[in-house]
Amino acid sequence: MNEQHLFSITALFDTPDEIIHAAEEADKAGYTRFDVNTPYPVHGMDRAMRLKPSRLGVFALVFGLLGAFGGVAFMTWVTLVDYPLVIGGKPFWSWPAFVPIAFEVTVILASVLTVITMIVLYLKFPNNAHPLHDTLYMKRVSSDKFGITIQADDPKFDEREVRAFLGKMGGKDIAPIYFDVEELNHRQKLFNPKFFSVLAATAFVVSATTYVVFNKVLYMEPFSWMSTQEKLKAQRPSELFKDGIGMRPPVEGTVARGFLPYAFKGKPDEAGKDLVNPLLPTKEVLERGKSQYLTYCSPCHGNFARGDSRLQGQFPNPPTLHSDKVRNWPDGNIYHVLTEGQNIMPSYTSQISREDRWAIVHYIRVLQRAHNAKESDLK
Amino acid sequence: MTSPAPDLGVRKEFSEKVKRLAWILLIVGVLLYGAGYLIDAKRSAFNNAIGFLFLASVASGSIFLVALEYLAGAVWSVPMRRVNEFLGGLVAVVPFLAIPLLYHLHDLFHWSHVEASAGDTLLTGKAPYLNVNFFIIRFVAVFLLWNLFYFLFTRNSTKQDSTRDPRLTTINARLGAAFMPVFAITVTLTAVDWAMSLEPHWYSTILGVYYFSGTVLAALAAATYTVIKFHENGYLPNLRRDHFYSLGALMFAFINFWAYIAFSQFLLIWYANLPEETFWFMKRWKDGWEYVSILLIVVHFVVPYFALLTQDSKMDLKRLKLMAIWILFAHLLDMYWLVMPTYGNGIPFGWMEIGFPILLVGLVLVVLSYKVKHNNLVPVGDPKLERGLSFRL
Repeated sequence: MNEQHLFSITALFDTPDEIIHAAEEADKAGYTRFDVNTPYPVHGMDRAMRLKPSRLGVFALVFGLLGAFGGVAFMTWVTLVDYPLVIGGKPFWSWPAFVPIAFEVTVILASVLTVITMIVLYLKFPNNAHPLHDTLYMKRVSSDKFGITIQADDPKFDEREVRAFLGKMGGKDIAPIYFDVEELNHRQKLFNPKFFSVLAATAFVVSATTYVVFNKVLYMEPFSWMSTQEKLKAQRPSELFKDGIGMRPPVEGTVARGFLPYAFKGKPDEAGKDLVNPLLPTKEVLERGKSQYLTYCSPCHGNFARGDSRLQGQFPNPPTLHSDKVRNWPDGNIYHVLTEGQNIMPSYTSQISREDRWAIVHYIRVLQRAHNAKESDLK
Repeated sequence: MTSPAPDLGVRKEFSEKVKRLAWILLIVGVLLYGAGYLIDAKRSAFNNAIGFLFLASVASGSIFLVALEYLAGAVWSVPMRRVNEFLGGLVAVVPFLAIPLLYHLHDLFHWSHVEASAGDTLLTGKAPYLNVNFFIIRFVAVFLLWNLFYFLFTRNSTKQDSTRDPRLTTINARLGAAFMPVFAITVTLTAVDWAMSLEPHWYSTILGVYYFSGTVLAALAAATYTVIKFHENGYLPNLRRDHFYSLGALMFAFINFWAYIAFSQFLLIWYANLPEETFWFMKRWKDGWEYVSILLIVVHFVVPYFALLTQDSKMDLKRLKLMAIWILFAHLLDMYWLVMPTYGNGIPFGWMEIGFPILLVGLVLVVLSYKVKHNNLVPVGDPKLERGLSFRL
């Protein structure tokens, strides 16, 4: 059964001044259940209607504070507890860096949550039926007119009086608004399956279309940020070379910059004759030689070069370095053995640098001297 | 709709009391100014620089507000535009404040010592810009441009009073468009030359904007205070709450803008952590200056922010007047904070620091009383005046 009830009498005005005047007069005449609709917020209307300040401001403050403190608390947790990172040598808890983020979170929480609060508390979501909706009056006031509506449930309401009152103030298009009880009381179900399936379908279609259009059909890379480059990467195959290997060995005979190849390959005697130890037996050089000797030479030759290491008897015995042969060798010969190896001893070029090899030579001379100390050394 | 009052915009004279006060302040200020230079020329020069930067702010900011009104086609501010024009008239006076400074460049600017900067790679590199001749050329050019635009704006505006020609508004709108880039460059040059080059090794690309934010804020505060005073004394009787609310809202916006820019400058320098930038802030965070820095944040941002936050406070004339004076003081403190750490010797505060503001207030009052006597208080010929008077939020 459709039953029509009178909701209110409305009137339209042309200027904000007139509507403020009308609101003040309606208040003075003793009406309490009246409202004003304007195309944009008219400042001073609250005062004219003698409305109490809205409580939404309190909500905004609470949400804003929640955002500020929540943001700072989260960043504090991240930087101090969850994932402390040193950034630019600054303390973990660097408040200046938090300010912009705390500000943004404050603004976003305050605005979004306040709007949601307004929709839920004041617009009574999900029920959005109101007698003024879908009326000519609402169309006019959301375009360029300023309207006042005096409701029928006002204790002072009397249709003829209200019409006369509005007319006296210069209101135009004075018209009644009716409502249908059933329609007004019809509450939308919050979880309407039809609504939600349409919503889900829309979401799916929109995201799928967007995905296909932007990732497949119209795919463009505005900035690659150099993530793809026309070059070969290490350990990757190549189609350019016949053997299919991307990493190329240097051309035969390539010499590294500032580095000459060893000139006495297989010529120990020439090495002994022509090579001179470029290092002076300073304290640092001897220290270096000692540490290198103990690392690389001592496992076989022993800590004191006597050839008495733990390997004795398990390998062909490593010789002592205190033999007359070695003692009488020039430095170049020892260096040559370190470089090329001898008998079972391998080359040490890949483990010990040139300088360190020379330092070891010095250290071996120290050991030999210590082993065959002269009387004069004790003085 | 309110019809303009019959005596709208008639030239008025300040009361004898105000005029006498203006001259007394000006004379006392000039005496203190002179005495300061005789006793301690260096310290006076630094105070002079503070006063100069402050008044240059008010003057150039007022011209900017006039240009902005024309350019944006603003209606609400038309009845109050003359106040901005009067305050903009200070550009003719401000250069005289700088003349004593030009004789004390060596006290102010380390870079002006050619022998000191000779062995300094940074200063040698900056020498093509930071040298006395080019400095004076820039100073003269900046003030010639400001005076030129001030003259053109006000000439057209005054001519309109009698001819009522709406085309003059269009011409001024075009001038406003031309003025914007000119103002952007000149205000940056002023900040760089007079504030940044005090520490010639330091640089901050945002300092021009920093000075600009304070400039517009100071000009707005000066205009707000003057407009309300005029309104209360019956010089501008037709203004309504909506006008004052708009002034208050603009001040509130620029308080936030200043804080935003000031914090941006700090954040960038703090983040990059380069010694040639950070020392500037370090200087302002030791030997007692940390209290001045905190005071600046409180005075320039926290207090006016909360004082002008609510809707009612922006319509309360008493509150607005108090805050306008407060903000002008805050801007002076800001300039003090910019300039004085270079002077050194702790936190100098004495009669020399007070003498300058006295001179400035006297100067502004004398200029205003002259302008009020010789100009209409309202642009009676402006085609937007009627709408401006009936402005509603």
